[in-house]
Amino acid sequence: MSMFGVFLQRLASAVPIMLIVSLMTFSLMHFIPGDPAAAIAGLSATPEQIKMLRHDLGLDEPFVVQLVTWYLGLFRGDLGRSILMGQPVVEVMLFRLPVSMALAAYALVITLLLGLISGIFAALRQNSWVDQAAMMFAMIGISMPNFWLGLLMILFFSVSLGWLPTGGYIPFGEDLVGWLKTSTMPALSLALLQVGLLARITRSTMLEVLRQDFIRTAKAKGLKWRTVVIKHALANALIPITTVIGIIVSLLISGSVVTETLFSIPGVGQLLTQAVLNRDYPLVQGGLLMVTAILVLVNVLVDVSYALLDPRVRHG
Amino acid sequence: MSLLEVRRLTTAFRTGRGEVTAIEDISLDIEAGEILGVVGESGSGKSVTALTVMGLLPMPPARVVAGSVRFGGQELLGLSEMRMERIRGAGISMVFQEPMTSLNPVLTIGEQIMETVRAHEGISARAQRERALEMLERVGIPSAARRLTDYPHQLSGGQRQRVMIAMALVCRPKLLIADEPTTALDVTIQAQVLDLLMDLRDELGMAIMIITHNMGVIAETADRVLVMYAGRIVEEAPVAGLFDRPMHPYTRGLLDCVPTLEQDTERLVAIPGGLPEPGRRPAGCRFAPRCGLRVDACAAGMPPLVGGDGHRAACIRVGAA
Repeated sequence: MSMFGVFLQRLASAVPIMLIVSLMTFSLMHFIPGDPAAAIAGLSATPEQIKMLRHDLGLDEPFVVQLVTWYLGLFRGDLGRSILMGQPVVEVMLFRLPVSMALAAYALVITLLLGLISGIFAALRQNSWVDQAAMMFAMIGISMPNFWLGLLMILFFSVSLGWLPTGGYIPFGEDLVGWLKTSTMPALSLALLQVGLLARITRSTMLEVLRQDFIRTAKAKGLKWRTVVIKHALANALIPITTVIGIIVSLLISGSVVTETLFSIPGVGQLLTQAVLNRDYPLVQGGLLMVTAILVLVNVLVDVSYALLDPRVRHG
Repeated sequence: MSLLEVRRLTTAFRTGRGEVTAIEDISLDIEAGEILGVVGESGSGKSVTALTVMGLLPMPPARVVAGSVRFGGQELLGLSEMRMERIRGAGISMVFQEPMTSLNPVLTIGEQIMETVRAHEGISARAQRERALEMLERVGIPSAARRLTDYPHQLSGGQRQRVMIAMALVCRPKLLIADEPTTALDVTIQAQVLDLLMDLRDELGMAIMIITHNMGVIAETADRVLVMYAGRIVEEAPVAGLFDRPMHPYTRGLLDCVPTLEQDTERLVAIPGGLPEPGRRPAGCRFAPRCGLRVDACAAGMPPLVGGDGHRAACIRVGAA
């Protein structure tokens, strides 16, 4: 099967997932207590005003009618308007998404660099101090909650040393240095857990591959050890490691809720938290659907990269 | 001077129970163009001997305790990894038992052959490809030009072993070490691969050290034979001499184990007992506990290899008889 064939097949299998997720978020939002109309109208509103507002928002329609209306809009590419902000959901999300994606991408780069390199060196120097130090660091990363690590970093780098701002956000399009200043701590606190995860997986996978017969063959041919490790061992180890990287990307995106709140970064995580607290139905439903679409796309890309990395999948 | 001269080679492994000697006092010569068979049970030290010569044992846990390995007059033990890399694949090559797992599953077979050339000879990519193609054709891969871009999983077991051989010989080594090259293959394929190896020996003038536990393979291919038992050489002989008049009781036992058509027995012959574990090897002759001809003197000390006309055995009965 061609690479593009794999891509289309996986993409098609994502459609039912998206349907189920959208149905679940829609139902959940409508069944938990709380009324967006009351939230908007405020404490001094009369019951009549609230009732009118409910009618204007279409919230007095039966659940099924609301659901069908929402789906009809969805197929036109219209996710409705945010009750809170009065703007189309798609517009609000597209404004916030780049912030979160940039943060997740930064955290992913940190994760890949630190995780892969420390995992590979730990495997090559198994049981040495390098290995033990890397694995201890990994264990600490995995065990430490990222909001706590974030708080520690704020205390140390912002409050004590005054090097970095405690929070806020400067888009990288405006000022790259400013973006780095505001994003480095959030990205680090987001990445460190994943670094530990990736380092451990990389180490164990590399150890497994280095024991294989074809590694001995490669050495017997007179190849340099560096070539054997990178071209023969890593190329094979990347197949299982890719699965983990896919999971890590999902975790980086979903983990941004806490991190964005902690560092006051105006990303999707912070936006959706606000939306849930204010019962902004259209924003929660549309926002979650878009985040889900991104996660599903990540998984499709992981599947495609299997085919890229493993000829047995390509020809299988 | 022989092509390969191994003298008093002893290799040990560090284990949980202390250091254990895998091979002990191994001396052997391989002349240019000669096929030396090394025969013995699993665990007798055949592969460890080969891997020590190649410098492919992981150290630690492995350690060369004593001895010397000279290839073309050059001492290999203690050579830097960089100089050893130049010899591996170009001077001495190796073919392994499992063609299924010995090829890298994510690289094309063309690339796996070409990278050997690239490692040893500074020639263009086009020339590398031509060499790979020429070698694939020589080892009998049909429509070789199309096969270059195939991956190992697209080939049969026999074809993979042919690819392994092509890979090992593409730089024209003077010595090929073949460690159980046919054990994992179908019987019909086994004969083809052995024929191929012998043809290539004649054509390229290389020497082959063929490691096997199969006496049939020895009879078919080898000029000279070493019999190994529990980490030591117990008998060394020209192939005809070994089959005609085996001197060591272990060799005799091995030959008796080969079933023949004339044999009129229901049961297969086997040597009683099992190979002693390294670390629990008996003092004196290692084979004594399983030997039907054992006398008290056998436990006294390790008998040296003695005999004449290139036929020697390590048994106290050889000198006395």
